[in-house]
Amino acid sequence: MKCKLCENKRVSQDYCKEHFLKYFEEKVEKTIKEHEMLSKKDKVCVAASGGKDSITVLYLLWKLGYNVSALAIDEGIEGYRDHTLEFLSKFCKKHKIPLKIKSYEKEVGKRLDTTVPKGNHACHICGTFRRHLLNKYTQKYDKIATGHNLDDECQAVMMNLVKGQTKLFSRQGPKTGQIEGFTQKIKPLYLMKEKEIMTYSFLKGFNTPFNECPYANQSFRAKVRDFVNKLEYENPGTKENIINKYLDLRKPVKEKSINKCQVCQSPCSSTICKTCRIKQEINA
Amino acid sequence: MKIRIEKPKDDKETFFEGTAKELLEQLEINAEEDLITRNGEIVKLEEELKDDDNIEILSVVSGG
Repeated sequence: MKCKLCENKRVSQDYCKEHFLKYFEEKVEKTIKEHEMLSKKDKVCVAASGGKDSITVLYLLWKLGYNVSALAIDEGIEGYRDHTLEFLSKFCKKHKIPLKIKSYEKEVGKRLDTTVPKGNHACHICGTFRRHLLNKYTQKYDKIATGHNLDDECQAVMMNLVKGQTKLFSRQGPKTGQIEGFTQKIKPLYLMKEKEIMTYSFLKGFNTPFNECPYANQSFRAKVRDFVNKLEYENPGTKENIINKYLDLRKPVKEKSINKCQVCQSPCSSTICKTCRIKQEINA
Repeated sequence: MKIRIEKPKDDKETFFEGTAKELLEQLEINAEEDLITRNGEIVKLEEELKDDDNIEILSVVSGG
């Protein structure tokens, strides 16, 4: 089949290679502008893993001329993160993007691998530590950019609906609110499907290593992902419909006042932050 | 046909002629979660595949 815009062969739903790359880059740029995610004065740090999503964000912000750096978190998962961090380091060196790598082992005293066999839930611990470290090491930045895409966001909407987590439901979206002590997060790939990002990454020749977290199958998210992908395959457009309806229905959430954690002084809504509570539990 | 599947990792050789979509259905792979390539080029679902093609099925879903 031919591209909608020229005589060349299609590589995606509608376009040939050249027109797909143009469509993709223009859509991301439009998302950044329409949702007022960034200005050229902002210092932005990409939460980078070395996978296709974060590499794509890093590359596009760099290409669009933003003041961009990268921060990677090494969770301490045997045979998982090493490959992507090596790839990320080479990518940043090639594009002259400053990169910092922080590890759970140094920052919280334990590799994720050593906490999970004790019956702790990997995704819960990992997500909490990662958010904590990203915020801690981006205090001098205006924004954190993440590689969250349309698929991730659909899954999050569905997960929060199923679990009835209305506050989390309202907090989602293309960017977080501005709360004292927390670096604002933005999601430039918010409207891009995971398959489109894979296509872009492949056509650009990024050759990001395929890697799947060994704990991913434990997650509720994996079940929701399979369900949404089945719906999308049988009813194309489902993911976009979910996100568009979500953006229509979303109500702003009234945030509680922010305290400082009595242990680590990080901003939190309670007296001791979640990271310190988990650290106490896993070290008990 | 030689087929390399990224997830779950598998290499196989089997007789197949038909469209890329039919191949994925035969392998019970959701097209939403994978990208098919032939000789380093993306193949669309409606494209015909030949038995002497080298096919790579890349997983779109990665990470955690």
